[in-house]
Amino acid sequence: MLSTRISTWLLAAGLAFGMAVSAQAKVNADAITQGKPPAALSEFGFFADLRAQTPADRVLPYDLITPLFTDYADKLRFVYVPEGEAAPYNPDEVFDLPVGSALIKTFAYPEDARVPNKNLKLIETRILAHTPAGWRTYPYVWNAQMTDAVLSPLGAKMDVSWITEDGTSRTIRYAVPNMNQCRSCHVKGTGRARTTIPIGPEAKNLNHDYPYKDGPANQLTHWTQAGILTGAPEDPDDAPRIARWDDETIPLEARARGYLDINCAHCHAPDGPAHTSGLYLDTRAADPSQYGVFKRPVAAGRGSGGHEFSINPGDPDRSIIVYRMNSTDPGIMMPELGRSTIHHEGVALIREWIAAMED
Amino acid sequence: MSRFLALSAAALALTPLAALAQTGTESAAPQSDTIASGMTRAANAYTAIQQALMLAEPGAVIELGPGRYELKDGLSLNVDDVTIKGAGMDQTILSFRNQESGAEGLLVEASGVTLMDFAVEDAKGDAIKVIGADGISFIRVRTEWTNGPDPLNGAYGLYPVASRNVLIDGAIARGASDAGIYVGQSDNIIVRNSLAEYNVAGIEIENSYVADVHDNIARHNTGGVLVFDLPNLPQQGGHSVRVFNNRIIDNDTPNFAPPGNIVGSVPAGTGVMVMANSKVEVFNNEISNNGTAGVLIVAYPNEYDDETYYPYPEGISVHGNSFANNGTAPDNDIGELVASISGTPVPDIVWDGNIPLWHYFTGIPEDRGIYIGDNAGSDPDTGKATFIDLDVIAYFTWSWFHAPSRDLPRHAGGPPSLSGATVPPVSAASGKGE
Repeated sequence: MLSTRISTWLLAAGLAFGMAVSAQAKVNADAITQGKPPAALSEFGFFADLRAQTPADRVLPYDLITPLFTDYADKLRFVYVPEGEAAPYNPDEVFDLPVGSALIKTFAYPEDARVPNKNLKLIETRILAHTPAGWRTYPYVWNAQMTDAVLSPLGAKMDVSWITEDGTSRTIRYAVPNMNQCRSCHVKGTGRARTTIPIGPEAKNLNHDYPYKDGPANQLTHWTQAGILTGAPEDPDDAPRIARWDDETIPLEARARGYLDINCAHCHAPDGPAHTSGLYLDTRAADPSQYGVFKRPVAAGRGSGGHEFSINPGDPDRSIIVYRMNSTDPGIMMPELGRSTIHHEGVALIREWIAAMED
Repeated sequence: MSRFLALSAAALALTPLAALAQTGTESAAPQSDTIASGMTRAANAYTAIQQALMLAEPGAVIELGPGRYELKDGLSLNVDDVTIKGAGMDQTILSFRNQESGAEGLLVEASGVTLMDFAVEDAKGDAIKVIGADGISFIRVRTEWTNGPDPLNGAYGLYPVASRNVLIDGAIARGASDAGIYVGQSDNIIVRNSLAEYNVAGIEIENSYVADVHDNIARHNTGGVLVFDLPNLPQQGGHSVRVFNNRIIDNDTPNFAPPGNIVGSVPAGTGVMVMANSKVEVFNNEISNNGTAGVLIVAYPNEYDDETYYPYPEGISVHGNSFANNGTAPDNDIGELVASISGTPVPDIVWDGNIPLWHYFTGIPEDRGIYIGDNAGSDPDTGKATFIDLDVIAYFTWSWFHAPSRDLPRHAGGPPSLSGATVPPVSAASGKGE
């Protein structure tokens, strides 16, 4: 018993080097539903080849049209739904994946961003596990040998280096969120009725082609064919689709609102933790004052940067939203968690959008 | 709870922070030295405390021993019915002087939580934020920015928001660049026996329902006690707030709020400011040495785009207070506007006289007026408090009709009848009942 406990702890403390755990090609359903996280990522059996991130049977890779910015990390996303189960389609909310499902997201950096997907350094894998008692958030941090990732409820901080797209070397202080921080973005509701829900896998974010092994296909169509989604429109064009933030053929406003939706609206929505600000950045917010136009700050403190409005039309330099996106000071920055660098391209997009507004 | 978690909890008690222990339903089990010695290597203040917060079961008491805990990351609790108990607000200090991440020192996203007998210092953002709680008690908690007033300080010290059943008792809040004690968009609130000083706002109740603010000292802030209602927020129509038995004195700190924030417009030397709330009773307070005014009752001054918002204060009652030496140094454009109408010293109680246009012609409806009772104050003849209705509507529109009045208003109906807040006792675990 004692030796089991010690080895469990060793794994958990991140000292599990050299501990070979053979990858399983079949998902361990109990690991998802038991309500306590396995000490090692491998125990879930999500991957046929853990290091190569080759998914196991019934584990589907997916992506989002416009992703959340996380310090320029690449993200490898997977969904697992138990055999014989499916999520019902709905056009407005994140899909209600059945109990026993899991979402898997691995954060990685290529050695050289000019050669994407080659020599990926795996940093962390976040698991959202749908237990009978609700969704649970489990952070795993990869060991240096990338043989496995270990449960790290407290998160972690580490230096990460890579060659950026302009050929320069960059090192950042990467932060893996702790379990509470995971939840603080994934939480909905207040009081004793708070629940944890996924962010991302909803119709508008999935509704484009993914390069599957056997050829590109629309993800909504593919999920339907795979039997994990029911009731989706036969023609994906009948489902909502968020604007891809960096596709300049799409109107500026749609791209900016799409970017804000995925980066901000998990909190800044009527049912999110930042509802107290009255600033709603989800694409459903129709009234410009809701999404910041001439909206005064409520509890911004020095996050206001001395500016009067979240969005001052025509004047990005006097818009709080730009000021807070363009900071890494914990007392100023937005989002509050999940990045230690500034997303300059995202800031540029929002600046351009505000500059183009008529004042 | 998994073996992994339980084991970590057990090991926690043997970290170098031996004073940090978790008791309660999840008691620390005996453990072997092997585990303990292994665990100590990874331990530091953040991991030890954050681990305890994450491992806590409902009902647990997390005890923080005396000492100064230097924390680089914000702490967070999201387990219901947990008590965090220090050895005293000057003994157990969570210092965020070198904070690298987290928008607040301590974030609580849970209900039934009691925070007691510790301090949070120098957080980069807010000191202690509690969001969406049903039941939150702050007992003898101190939040402070130790460098004194500075626009670079965090916004709020004690910051419960969107919560109900809020108790703040025996707290101290210093140096917040917005409000030391701030209760926002909440319901059923008691703030008592606390000290707020060197903040922009000492104590602020905003967009909230049913609050008692009593037996506090608010001194050396820009404004002592603010009762505000703001537009474009999920909870509006703040009402039923009683401010009584407080000492609201010497509020003389120049406004250091970062511009853009509503409190940035509060003149230095404001004793009590009521803005756009309804049913507010200010009574039995000592209000003295506030340079702009003792009590300021105003409508929301800014433009807004919100059809559901009502910007006027209504049903405001001020009685039984004692005023001395207020209004001698009116500050900022608001103070100047007031003084340009009233002269200096500004009267003890100032109402901007801003009412909905139709009330200007129809008269103020019953029970929705301003009711000034018997207050001791600066009138040299009677010893009663002085008052002015600034009649700002006429001042800005039909100035030839402008008729400020020093007579007490005689509005129809009478003062609001407020029963006050009753917050259920704090949990037994904290060892202190109501």
